[in-house]
Amino acid sequence: MNIGEIKAAHKQVTRWEYQPGRIDKGYNDRTLHIDLTTNKITEKPVTALMKDKFVGGKGFGLYLLWHATRPQTKWNDPENEIIISPGPCAGITQYAGAGKSLVVSISPQTGGIMDSNVGGYFGPYMKFSGFDAIELQGKAREDVIIVIDGTTNSVTIETAPKEAIDSHVLAEQLTEMYAKDEKDKMNVAVVSAGTAADHSLIGMLNFSFWDPRRKVARLKQAGRGGIGTVFRDKRIKAVVCKTTGIKPNWNNVVDLNAIVERGQRFQKEIKELDDKQCEMRDKGTAHLMEIMDAYDLLPTTNFRFGKAADIGEDINKIHSNVLKSLFNLKWRDLDGCWFGCAMSCCKAVDGFELKTGPYKGHKVTVDGPEYETAAGLGSNCGIFDPLHIIEANFYCDTYGICTITVGTITAFVMECYEAGILNKDRTGGLELKFGNSAAALELIHQMARGEGFGAIAGRGAEYMKKYFADQGWGDRQFLSDIAMVNKGLEYSQYMSKESLAQQGGYAMTNKGPQHDEAWLIFMDMVNNQIPSFEDKAEALYYFPMFRTWFGLCGFCKLPWNDVEPENNREKYPPKEAAKVPEHVDNYLTVFKAVTGRDLDRDGLIRMSARVYNFQRIFNIRRGYGLRANDAQPYRACGPVTKREYESRQERYDKQLVDWMGMTPEAVAKMTIEEKMAAHRTYRTDRYEKLLDAVYKRRGWTRNGVPTIAWLKELGMDLPELLEVVTPLQ
Amino acid sequence: MKGKITVNDQVIDWRDGMTVSDVLTVMNYTFKLLVIQIDGKNVKRDDWPTATVPEGADVKVIHLMSGG
Repeated sequence: MNIGEIKAAHKQVTRWEYQPGRIDKGYNDRTLHIDLTTNKITEKPVTALMKDKFVGGKGFGLYLLWHATRPQTKWNDPENEIIISPGPCAGITQYAGAGKSLVVSISPQTGGIMDSNVGGYFGPYMKFSGFDAIELQGKAREDVIIVIDGTTNSVTIETAPKEAIDSHVLAEQLTEMYAKDEKDKMNVAVVSAGTAADHSLIGMLNFSFWDPRRKVARLKQAGRGGIGTVFRDKRIKAVVCKTTGIKPNWNNVVDLNAIVERGQRFQKEIKELDDKQCEMRDKGTAHLMEIMDAYDLLPTTNFRFGKAADIGEDINKIHSNVLKSLFNLKWRDLDGCWFGCAMSCCKAVDGFELKTGPYKGHKVTVDGPEYETAAGLGSNCGIFDPLHIIEANFYCDTYGICTITVGTITAFVMECYEAGILNKDRTGGLELKFGNSAAALELIHQMARGEGFGAIAGRGAEYMKKYFADQGWGDRQFLSDIAMVNKGLEYSQYMSKESLAQQGGYAMTNKGPQHDEAWLIFMDMVNNQIPSFEDKAEALYYFPMFRTWFGLCGFCKLPWNDVEPENNREKYPPKEAAKVPEHVDNYLTVFKAVTGRDLDRDGLIRMSARVYNFQRIFNIRRGYGLRANDAQPYRACGPVTKREYESRQERYDKQLVDWMGMTPEAVAKMTIEEKMAAHRTYRTDRYEKLLDAVYKRRGWTRNGVPTIAWLKELGMDLPELLEVVTPLQ
Repeated sequence: MKGKITVNDQVIDWRDGMTVSDVLTVMNYTFKLLVIQIDGKNVKRDDWPTATVPEGADVKVIHLMSGG
């Protein structure tokens, strides 16, 4: 079907025109609200309070969602919203990694507040079109697309019966439909989901960016927590934004020269140092594959082990050099998901011929795989086949489901299969053994069709662990131990067993166990730099607050510490070097140069802390966000099975002596079961002590509730927050 | 410590002529963003292949963060 026929089937539901915006110091000072139930489109002012306390990005998303919903609002109630906000610094092109958007919604998986960061062109283009955020509320009666046209200053809602749903097709259809010509495709950005988002709770959103060299719409993902499922539940097929083209100072910043100077300095670092450091331009985050394996951190067969060799596999099969050999590096230094990003880490496999599913035989461009995808869909499922990883990566993306989540879900069901909790009768014939690529891919296709065991798996690990136990298929405690899920969200792909700080970095997060709040494994487990509870608590204060800030402003985290100045290690003591002080100073300079607001390092942390505590209280308002919600599965904390213990027996036995004060003679007389029990008691207790220390450092009660005194100190003693926390003090 | 050195608080065997690069190999430290200190003094990257580690030394191999 050609684009003309598809477009001819559109019926305009609503058209709304607005006055052109003018961004001043990074803000339009207005947001866009679209109610799909009433088809009413309105604009709202951005208040001084919003800018002062919430900054933008995730802060705006949380603020708007709080006021749009009630404590009882469920993810699929019409009043739930999807909010996309890029932040005041998003859209600058002179400093790397400044095109991020944050997406916020009530999660179908967790019931709590989900946030997910994403690149691509939509966020900046929406801002250039006149809005600092968009709220999508209500539910359409049939499939629609929303078009924000910054070239005509109009927003339309149109029925869209004939477009594809899967993202790799839909993004290209809409890019072609709304671009005037080939060159204009760069000015069109599309947000979409996919068919698996229709039939699962783990849907995600793809944000497109047109690649003029490959001539394809590339896709970046707002992956975590099921926001794509909310999107499709609202019957949105896509949101399109069209703009007139990039201008050097569209953000109308205060001091462009300062941004240019810092940007050029950073670009020089990338050019001179990246090849010697992380090789982001060659490999993206996939450079971590063999490094994580070497440090016993690569999740292998559902987080049981940290190395390929533990299951007789060879890490070299999925080594970063293998992935690099599959990437098309012809335009290596132009693989950014936003203009001006010298880090260029969005690698892609071109001309990949699919071997399964509805697009079998098609040759496609696959975005990635990134580290998380390769570890989740590969090693964690016992599949050490790069072509499997790329095929599964493609289908997860186009079907609109999160690769991290699918990886952890598949690993969980594979362990259940191996343990006899599942069998062919229970999976509808899928032999979900570790290493079975065909079964893993078919599971993904079933999720997209909403059929068979895939429909169950698509509800997530939290659902499955209860469902399997309720069916009498397995022991409830064992299932809880091995389902790598916290707050209803599946873990991302790092082993935390031997890093207490990272256990906190995962399970004490606001949204669930995603590593974007804190990645402390080297600092804790390898360097032993933060040995005491207080040290770990300090790290679990500083890093989550610091990293929250990227999502307020529109920055990507990767340019912060995936390359470092050459003298960083000599110039600063190790703990300080880990913060990459010169890059922090770049961010402070760029923020001030965009907004005019003075900011120092302490101010940055306080700025984030306001939003971080707001999100915690938002969760508390919804019945979550307390100590019980920060509990972790035991697999994240220690060895669940004998096989795990035996694989590291020397280490674990030594810990019985070093940590628990047992004599070697006493240890020698213990059974494996007794040793495992001793570890469980010790490790579980140690995590509780960590919770105490972190809560104290974060200004929270022992139940994890922000104290009134701390909120006052932060300037966040807003009446609506005090109303929630006061009864819980 | 006779015949031993400490690396990130782990005691390992030492041998005569052991270099910083040898220590990294023994520890399987393959990450690239490292700060290395021997008894509190930084060792520059260019010197890792030749800088010898004295018996009983306290070696810190600080891995800076990336990833995540």
